[in-house]
Amino acid sequence: MKALAEHFVSTTNSCKLCKPLGACLAFRGIEGCVPFLHGSQGCATYMRRYIISHFREPMDIASSSLGEKSAIYGGGPNLKLGLRNLMNKYNPQIVGIATTCLTETIGDDTSRYVTEFCQEFEEFLNFHGRPELVTVSTPSYSGSYMEGFHAAVESVVAKLAKNEAVVDSVNLFPGFISPADTRYLKEILADFGLKATVLPDISETLDAPALAGYEKIPAGGARLNDIRAMGGALASVEFGRSIIGSHTPGNILLQKFHQPLYSSGTPIGLQETDRFFEILEKLSGIPTPEKHALERGRLVDSYIDGHKYVFGQKAVIYGEMDIVIGITSLLVETGMKPVLVATGSSSKNFRNAIEDVCSGILEEFPVVMEDVDFFDIASEIKSLEPNLLLGNSKGHRLSKEMDVPLIRVGFPIHDRFGGHRQFSIGYRGAQNLFDLIVNTLIQRKQDSSDIGYGYI
Amino acid sequence: MSPTIRDMNNIMDQEEFIRDVTSVYPNKVAKKRLKHIVVKSEGENPEIEANVRTIPGIITQRGCCYAGCKGVVIGPIGDMVHIVHGPIGCSFYAWNTRRNMFRPREDGANYLNYCFSTDMQDSDVIFGGEKKLRQAIQEAHDIFKPKAISVHATCPVGLIGDDIQAVAREMTEKTGTLVIAFNCEGYKGVSQSGGHHIANNKLFENVVGKDDSNPIQDKFVINILGEYNIGGDAWEIERAFAKCGIRIISTFSGDASIDEMRRAHQANLNLVMCHRSINYMAEMMENAFGIPWIKVNFIGVKGMSKSLRKVAKYFDDPELTQKVEQVIAEEEAEAYNLIADHSDRLRGKTAMLFVGGSRAHHYQELFTELGMETTVAGFEFAHRDDYEGRHVLPDVKPDADSRNIEEIRVEQDENRFRPRIPVEQMKELQKEGFLGSYEGMIPEMKHGAMIIDDISHAELEQLILRFKPDVVCSGIKDKYMIEKFGVPSKQLHNYDYSGPYAGFRGAVNFARDIDMMINNPAWKMIKAPWDIEPVLRAETVA
Repeated sequence: MKALAEHFVSTTNSCKLCKPLGACLAFRGIEGCVPFLHGSQGCATYMRRYIISHFREPMDIASSSLGEKSAIYGGGPNLKLGLRNLMNKYNPQIVGIATTCLTETIGDDTSRYVTEFCQEFEEFLNFHGRPELVTVSTPSYSGSYMEGFHAAVESVVAKLAKNEAVVDSVNLFPGFISPADTRYLKEILADFGLKATVLPDISETLDAPALAGYEKIPAGGARLNDIRAMGGALASVEFGRSIIGSHTPGNILLQKFHQPLYSSGTPIGLQETDRFFEILEKLSGIPTPEKHALERGRLVDSYIDGHKYVFGQKAVIYGEMDIVIGITSLLVETGMKPVLVATGSSSKNFRNAIEDVCSGILEEFPVVMEDVDFFDIASEIKSLEPNLLLGNSKGHRLSKEMDVPLIRVGFPIHDRFGGHRQFSIGYRGAQNLFDLIVNTLIQRKQDSSDIGYGYI
Repeated sequence: MSPTIRDMNNIMDQEEFIRDVTSVYPNKVAKKRLKHIVVKSEGENPEIEANVRTIPGIITQRGCCYAGCKGVVIGPIGDMVHIVHGPIGCSFYAWNTRRNMFRPREDGANYLNYCFSTDMQDSDVIFGGEKKLRQAIQEAHDIFKPKAISVHATCPVGLIGDDIQAVAREMTEKTGTLVIAFNCEGYKGVSQSGGHHIANNKLFENVVGKDDSNPIQDKFVINILGEYNIGGDAWEIERAFAKCGIRIISTFSGDASIDEMRRAHQANLNLVMCHRSINYMAEMMENAFGIPWIKVNFIGVKGMSKSLRKVAKYFDDPELTQKVEQVIAEEEAEAYNLIADHSDRLRGKTAMLFVGGSRAHHYQELFTELGMETTVAGFEFAHRDDYEGRHVLPDVKPDADSRNIEEIRVEQDENRFRPRIPVEQMKELQKEGFLGSYEGMIPEMKHGAMIIDDISHAELEQLILRFKPDVVCSGIKDKYMIEKFGVPSKQLHNYDYSGPYAGFRGAVNFARDIDMMINNPAWKMIKAPWDIEPVLRAETVA
């Protein structure tokens, strides 16, 4: 295996986004929640702009709009005024307050400001139905957007989850999956007869129907009361091999309330999904419902039918760690050959996870790159001669230069339509991705052939 | 059809609206917002408050100082490497997002598609990021060998006290490549506007007027300032000028090349498109080199014609005037012919515009051409002179925020100053408001129109509910919110990835896009039939 390309100090064409963006995405998956960035207003503006370009949905993020004065004297007054204005206009049930580079660098004690705010404005808060105020520390100079995402979920669980009563439901922390995937996940849980709280749940909040009237805070999201009851749930399930063993919401519940925790990879591809379904069988005590068994069966059938198109095809996968691990697993099990897997972030688990999903099938492991940018990927990729790239929209230039097709997965997808409606997880997601991969390869062959393939 | 200003003619309604919409704010906030919302009445141009700090928590459209500097003014210069000094987000978010386009020059260099950053980490924030910045500049120089490099500071940089100016000087000397540093930390100023100013200053000091080799002898040579070539606007404008025999040395900064900017002082006239972002440059170039400027508007067929005629009037050359008139006749005929079909479907509709520091003004003329009416308009980050005209400038008192943005005094450049027209004529043209003047948006709006500065989300919602516009022009952050009301929204920052919208052909594109958008059959499908009335009735058949 090759060493990492680490000779450049500068970053050229980044392969990661910044931390507070992830926190805002996670907060958006809670019912009645408005994300709030404590910092310069540009952060809120840029992140809204970016998130909207992927989802094509409204994405409101409030800001404390700090200026030079606050940078010197602290941002407390702006934060408090901002919270009041927000509550007057939006009546949120919860405000998710994430910090930014500015407030972290000047050392603003955000949680103290919030405590003060609750004391100073008690009556005001009562009038607004005592909205929850959750803070999370997300300096962009430490970690990428997925760390911000997980940190926000963690803060919500740490602050709100209690075990006052035993509830017959399970907690599911899916990480950052698409609204379509989230809907499908809830369908699977319901088919197993499991009541579940999915946190965050962006299925409706970031993929809402056309309306004749606008809702200031879109309907949907994980319900606050369900989050509060999480400590009394039967168990927690957590997706993402990259975060296993770290400080996660599931671990918080395990430590605080001795709640069983099931960790699994993000269920992308058949094998990772099988593991998830095993957990569901165990939790529900019932075998996989026929509907899903059939979906699995059809998926395997298509793996057999499509094998000849994909076998040995070399692929490069890049992006957010858990998506990359999942996609790698899917490619390997279908007979493809990942030659390079890359991520802009890093985790002690990443390399092991990649090797784990490749072992037993792949003879030669792919090159693994962490903490890299597209410049590094581009320099590594040339000698590998891949047939296919899989990752977010930011790889389109690389794809064009190399004349290798790119299948868009993950975030952000802003040069294709409907990225947020894409299925990636479960048997259904694997089927969607596999069809897409096969058809992309077929089209490539057809387009570049002089003979033409009418049937293939 | 929705009510137009003419039908309603009811300033009472607007005033009631203003009362209602501000009543939900705390008293202090309401008092402040009331100064930002005004109604135009016949013959009277109201005073409006602008360019003051955004109220926290109201969900603003505004960006930051960095966005104005890197994102707007400097970022579009295509053959320069732009390094963002800071954590990764800021560079990522300004990566191609404004859709500025650039055509590589002879050397083939084009760095617009790149996103360079120092990606600061904890340790850099603690121990300082200068070392990393130095290294990043060195790498950019070694790998790309660009003609120039810019460095843009983000929030933490100013706070930890990295001296980016010193690093820039040092690295300019070391590499022999010009490195320009911009202290455009996000928290500076009240919006992106501060960033424009910072960008103008440094660009003027380091670039403009630095190349006197190959003097340009042509007479009809101009620069275009404040045109950012979004969706190819600058190219469509250029096409018309070329047809008239007018040469553009440099555009600031759409499709801009650093070499061309260095020679920009050789022009005989500057045309100012986006007054807000670039008026500083126009003034500095006038003071230093004696180049007069004219405010133009390339949006709309008439707007484009008017702008061309202004240039012809300035150069006062019968042959040029004749050529310009000939081009206008040809282009207008072609454009109107293509627009006619669309305006038939658009006549009588209403538009609201909340965008930019100039765009909300520029597009009104085009809407008028389409038979549409602008009922409410406002800027995100404009100043009072953009609303009321430059004559208010002496009355605008600098506040703490504006004082923090450096104002540079530019003296006459002894070697390069050259009066372009006789002093007397110059004075005459200034007096009649032809040179160095901008009347602002409000004087051109109709009786009963409302003007709202730095609109908040909540105010926009109320506007839509109350006045039911047929289209709202805004940016990506509001677009989908507006469309959830069943009202189409046109993004005037990135044009919904369409364009060009400037010039003669741009106006046709805009007409087509607005027609397509307003008349999209999907708007009528939002309500399901069972929500309206039962469509099918079952009857028992004997």
